[in-house]
Amino acid sequence: MTADVLGAPIKRVEDPRFIMGEGRYLDDIKLPSMAHMAILRSPYAHANIRSVNVAAARSMPGVIDVFTGADIPYNPLPMAWPAGGSSGVQNNLNTPRVLATDSVKWTGEGVAAVVAETPAQAVDALEAIVVDWEPLPAVVDAEKATEPGAPQLHENAPNNVVFDWTVGDKAGTDAAFEAAEVVVSQRLVNQRLIPNPIETRGDIGWYDPGTDEYTIWMSSQTPHIQRLLVGIFTMGIPEHKLRCISPDVGGAFGTKIFCYADMALSLFASKAIGGRPVKWVESRRENYQSTVHGRDHITYVEAAATRDGEVTGLRVKTYANLGGRLSTVAGGIPTTLYARVLTGPYKIPNAFVEVIGVYTNTTFVDAYRGAGRPEATYVIERAMDLVADELGMDRAAVRRKNFLPPDAFPYDNPSGLLTAVNGEKVYIDSGNYEPALNKALTTIGYYDLEAQRSDARRRGKLLGVGLSTYLEICGVAPSKWIGAVGEGWGAAMWESSNIKVHLTGKVVVTMGTQPQGQGHETTYAQVISHELGVPMEDIVVQHSDTKGTPFGYGSYGSRTASVGTSAAIKAAGKIREKARRYAAHMLEASVDDVEVDGANYSIKGSPDKVKTLQEIAFALDLAFDAPEGMEPYLDETAYFDTPNCTFPFGTHIAVVEVDQETGQVDLVRYVAVDDVGKKINPLIVDGQLHGGIAQGVGQALWERAVYDDNGQLLSGSMLDYALPRASWLPAFELDETVTPSPVNPIGVKGVGEAGTIASTAATANAVIDALRPLGIRHLDMPYTPPTVWRAIQQAKGGQA
Amino acid sequence: MIPAAFEYHRATSVDDAIAMLANDGGSTKVLAGGQSLLPLLKLRLAATDRLLDIGRLSELKGYRPQPDGSLDIGALTTYAEWRSERTYPGVGEAIDQIADVQVRNRGTIGGAVAHADPASDFPAIGLAFEASAVVRGPRGERVVPLSEFFEGAFATAMEPDEILVAIRRGPVPAGGGFGFRKLPQPASGYSIVGVAALVARERGAIAHASIGITGVGDHPYRAVAVESALVGSDGSPAAIEAAAGRAADGVEVNSDIHADREYRTAMAAVFTRRAIEAALERAD
Repeated sequence: MTADVLGAPIKRVEDPRFIMGEGRYLDDIKLPSMAHMAILRSPYAHANIRSVNVAAARSMPGVIDVFTGADIPYNPLPMAWPAGGSSGVQNNLNTPRVLATDSVKWTGEGVAAVVAETPAQAVDALEAIVVDWEPLPAVVDAEKATEPGAPQLHENAPNNVVFDWTVGDKAGTDAAFEAAEVVVSQRLVNQRLIPNPIETRGDIGWYDPGTDEYTIWMSSQTPHIQRLLVGIFTMGIPEHKLRCISPDVGGAFGTKIFCYADMALSLFASKAIGGRPVKWVESRRENYQSTVHGRDHITYVEAAATRDGEVTGLRVKTYANLGGRLSTVAGGIPTTLYARVLTGPYKIPNAFVEVIGVYTNTTFVDAYRGAGRPEATYVIERAMDLVADELGMDRAAVRRKNFLPPDAFPYDNPSGLLTAVNGEKVYIDSGNYEPALNKALTTIGYYDLEAQRSDARRRGKLLGVGLSTYLEICGVAPSKWIGAVGEGWGAAMWESSNIKVHLTGKVVVTMGTQPQGQGHETTYAQVISHELGVPMEDIVVQHSDTKGTPFGYGSYGSRTASVGTSAAIKAAGKIREKARRYAAHMLEASVDDVEVDGANYSIKGSPDKVKTLQEIAFALDLAFDAPEGMEPYLDETAYFDTPNCTFPFGTHIAVVEVDQETGQVDLVRYVAVDDVGKKINPLIVDGQLHGGIAQGVGQALWERAVYDDNGQLLSGSMLDYALPRASWLPAFELDETVTPSPVNPIGVKGVGEAGTIASTAATANAVIDALRPLGIRHLDMPYTPPTVWRAIQQAKGGQA
Repeated sequence: MIPAAFEYHRATSVDDAIAMLANDGGSTKVLAGGQSLLPLLKLRLAATDRLLDIGRLSELKGYRPQPDGSLDIGALTTYAEWRSERTYPGVGEAIDQIADVQVRNRGTIGGAVAHADPASDFPAIGLAFEASAVVRGPRGERVVPLSEFFEGAFATAMEPDEILVAIRRGPVPAGGGFGFRKLPQPASGYSIVGVAALVARERGAIAHASIGITGVGDHPYRAVAVESALVGSDGSPAAIEAAAGRAADGVEVNSDIHADREYRTAMAAVFTRRAIEAALERAD
């Protein structure tokens, strides 16, 4: 009997190969006769291209060919998720070309490419390309870009507006504000971040002249989707002529969901040079300029409340900076994944949100870990603190007063925030918010903080405590809600799984999802081991290759645990059912009399009459004795389209100390109580939370992409972009509540982003709480020492 | 991260290296631990025709006491090797704040001085110990006090045909104490403000103060205004505060995305005060 591994905190089976340097990442792949590509990137944020002269580069040592935008016959890259789908919202779309032709819109946009025998020769030859530029004025701030007189980026986008999208009940919300006893308002800047996966992106494109087929190896979260986006949409190559392979992916944080110009470029180059494979690997500095950035919102939030702390209305206007051209799902992140969850876990009856997507002369912005929900959580959690401040109420009490009660689920937002434009709804599936809040408050000693505050004051420090009672949306999504006529992700969102039980009884599971470090090879094996009674070491989980895995939408948005796993469970159920029918045949019993216990299939009342799954697989896969009408082999595929999304929640509390003299902020404690439903592997859940919390704290305290007024990226490398270090963080104190999701068989919700979603707001609220005795109500992130110091100086009436 | 092509030469001796430099017309860069130069080359922020690798010259390693009581520390001594020696109290704590473990294992103190990054930590420590640079070239050897050695950002008093062979630490005042306090730039780890202070007290008054500051100006410097205000004072909190307030006197203070001029100026005073306080805690 196999011990049940579902829910066990077992170590990840893929880790030995990653830790011992035996992973196989994009740059580890070396193909015979492979050539190397480098891309010339614009030094200007905004410029017209008068001419590109590549003659000198062509004669450089080792150069095989040089390409410019004029050589590329393809479409601009596709836009898969405009704001509002097909609802009639005007979207003024401009997406990148494979290489720029007439103009560039940000520093780093690709202008020309060299293919050479070695990477060094390709990079050297870039310096010999001469571009005649006509520099133009640039704008980098989303709000300023919409003002009269701002430089205009695109003819079809007056005032640089991509879209002006709204959701919610405007009349009801306006009425709530008119009737409000108290109104608070604040301008909030959610600064631009650079995602920084450890492995940068890269591709190897290969055109096989013998078969007229293309293959691309890519560091991607979405090989199946890229087969469509790169293939048919950009190059005009249908699925049967393009194979996409994602080898081991060394982190992504969302940046590897998308269709990038270099993908089509490497395939184009391979064909152009006669079918030699062409490799391109992004440098870190290129990554900072040519792979998507995250966040970058300027938001005006207003909250209406009664004097006893009931929040009656929320009105939000956000300028979302989307960069110089649009990335693949840029329109969907600040609309669907942001605005639709802005009311958080609270029963705010009236809400209205306007989001203006804006072009600026900056790198394009798209999903980055949390993708819209960290921005939303920051807005609502800052707003709840502002309401508490205004009323002199305790910050936990305000949240408690406004929580949706446990009997409110499934909850339909009355302002229609969760209703798609075609009328399809999702509901907040389940929740019980107070126990998580109470646990976190108890752990941190919330009602006994005065002693800690005065101890800090004696040391010249200000102690602050910040809450984030977050709600997030995972398990995207019901296809009819998210699909083309709904929210406008021009695709469905189901997942797929194929399971084969081979002659030896060993199990191969192939998935349409694509890990990038989350441990799918472990968690799927745990689930299938539980479902089929097969030991984990007899199960292998495969993904990554469009040749050999069923179509799937890939891994992002914390959807794999709920949607992908449910597909695998469905496929396992089909395997079990077929095995049961064949066991009945082997045991000469009726199907209804066969009982299944793990891998044992026996006759009710006669436990000695038993066939194991291995015996069944051997017999059925050979099929020497298959009954009439039964096909050979235990080989089943299933598709799972989730009936609803999942909504993890929890309470995070950060404790910080601020050095009044220097403005330095020290995060001294961090408590996280998360409810992610049932857990497949608590060790992996903890790992996701640790990394996620660190990343969100990074936004609050250190990280910031800085452009100058000319659109030059000043934080252009790790020398100037501060990522969090382990030694700057306390040991996180994790706890849980478990409210199973009713929308999938296990009751999981997803955890890939929860830490990041919650921790930025918790840390921000803690810093501002520390500064509250000085009369400070708000400060924009990141809370670097000069920022905090200046705020303190101003509050104390000093200079600055 | 691919540097432009360059020739590579490995020197067999200091004399060999000096001979090569004498004949190259200024197109050679000297490679020691490589912790600053190689990233610049790889990022193509710097380029060179030739790299002259002196990294394996054992004659440039180790400690050599001099007859006058000063101490020569070989230019190729790494931070980690320096850390493993019996250093002056407080210096170990300062070394631990320089860069990270990997850089401390490869980076050399001579490289740090010759490279002359305006925010490098070692020069501040060397300035506080009134150290000198021992440089050798075709015209022989000369000794330049660090307070005259740094001339600007990445600019020193060395001639292109000279090599830094040692850092010479002068005699240390009896009963002195040393302290180093630093506000790091979070991404790079370099100092926004880094202050090294060597202070001695005699009969209730401050008898000696030498203070090196990095990160604040275009090159590391001796804070002479602080020193002269401090020496002769009673070393009281008020006296320290007043002296530290002159940390950036006469300095064109840096301003960048991590710290503007006003903040950096204010922090120069704060961290100078803290370094002096730390030094006095260790002083007799």
